[in-house]
Amino acid sequence: MNSYFAGALALVRGLLTTISFAFKKKPTIQYPSVKKQHAPRFHGLHELRRYGDAKERCIGCELCAIACPANAITVIGAENAPDDRRSPGERFAARYEIDELRCIFCGLCEEACPTDAIVLTPRFEMADYRRGSFVYAKDRLLVPPDAGVGIAPDERPGGIPSDLGAVAEQKSTLDVAQGYGATWRGTILKTERKGLAG
Amino acid sequence: MGVVLDTLNATPLWLIALIKSLVLLVIVLTAFAYAMLFERKILGWMQLRPGPNRVGPWGLLQPAADAGKMLFKEDLTPETADPLIYKLAPFISLFAAMATFAVIPFSESGNGLWAVGDVNAGILFIFALTAIGIYGISLGGWSSGSKYPLIGSVRSTAQMISYELAMTMSVIGVLILAGTTSLAGIVHAQERLWFIVPQIVGFMIYIVTAVAETNRTPFDLVEAESELVAGFHTEYSGLRFGLFFIAEYLNMITVACVATLLFLGGWAAPFGLTFIPGIIWFVLKAALFIFLYIWLRGTFPRLRYDRLMAFGWKVLLPLAVVNLIVTAAVVAVVG
Repeated sequence: MNSYFAGALALVRGLLTTISFAFKKKPTIQYPSVKKQHAPRFHGLHELRRYGDAKERCIGCELCAIACPANAITVIGAENAPDDRRSPGERFAARYEIDELRCIFCGLCEEACPTDAIVLTPRFEMADYRRGSFVYAKDRLLVPPDAGVGIAPDERPGGIPSDLGAVAEQKSTLDVAQGYGATWRGTILKTERKGLAG
Repeated sequence: MGVVLDTLNATPLWLIALIKSLVLLVIVLTAFAYAMLFERKILGWMQLRPGPNRVGPWGLLQPAADAGKMLFKEDLTPETADPLIYKLAPFISLFAAMATFAVIPFSESGNGLWAVGDVNAGILFIFALTAIGIYGISLGGWSSGSKYPLIGSVRSTAQMISYELAMTMSVIGVLILAGTTSLAGIVHAQERLWFIVPQIVGFMIYIVTAVAETNRTPFDLVEAESELVAGFHTEYSGLRFGLFFIAEYLNMITVACVATLLFLGGWAAPFGLTFIPGIIWFVLKAALFIFLYIWLRGTFPRLRYDRLMAFGWKVLLPLAVVNLIVTAAVVAVVG
């Protein structure tokens, strides 16, 4: 008979647990309208930067293509024409393509680049309908001439670019996970201490 | 006003019943749609999610979106299925689920009961119809010509038989106390004291068996996802699946309404709060039961099949019989 009462008590305790959860604050981030804060060094879509005088930083050296572990980068360099200099150096990238489906977003291209031309931005929404459209060429990678110099690797802001929308309140994924996990574990520990032994 | 009454009196009875039924159908289907949304919201909250909130404010248009989705899905019939019965089964379920509402009185005013039909054996009518509803499930499972639906429907039949027995037994106690099988009569008999007090055992048995009766967690062996894919409606898609879905929710609402009528005094206002109309009390009480079923679903895991059967036959049925005998003896002695 005692075990029946213990069983019934367990049922009630279960019911109380679920109902108390129903009134807790939900950790959900309303994604398309609100976006999650990213770590400052989040690796997202690439960007080819420019100098202040709108010259391209890329000198077509192909070091990024060599460094790339996924073979996602294709660079074909060319000599600068004397009357139409695209970059300050001798050469520039005539073609620069990154297959974002192959890319593993490791950031080695960025580290290999001697002129800080290729950088990873925190942009992450790249969904599209055709595989072909994931090969980003210079027309989409290069910062437009009138849009400044792009994001410098050392000045990368925390979070996501402001033009992508509102950002959730939480500082980072790490904080959310720890804060939430800690309370949850705390509740369990408390119940264990309180009751189950006795 | 007099003209209106004259026209009403001149209207043939069948036309009145038809109009009442149509109005009730709309109300009941709306109730279904929002019971579903209510369930998804509550379950979401219990799982630390916000629940559906994309379609309309607070997700209030979600049922419409779901209905639209269901309508445009392909209506598949497996090659091995028995086409006629396969196509008929959802309608049997839905018919039984909807027809029960014909005898449920929702409230009462000076002009009479708020019901399509005031049947003097209302409770028997409801039990008969819910029993027919099982045919929809077992025929649907059997005619799918596929193993999981078959197992699901066999389980459903066994579960329904064993739990309906205990359920009926638990209700007979109420019938003895009320001395009538008319639902309105049962509500009137509770004017002094709701039957939940003298029939607390019967009430608890009714609550538990009702969960099994409506195939909901923790007794949803019929559609146990972990072992039977989706049970009896595995092969159904589109609108026909939707019909089963509607039937399941309507059954839940029926069971909640019956519990309200039998144990919670129907539309009677508690604590003398008579300024709030009876229909609101009825809806509130029924919603309480629906919430209870959602709460149970959000909390308990599914029972193992043999334990479910053992619980039904070895615990609930004897308990219901004892409750019945004691009630009968008390009524016989006291008057």
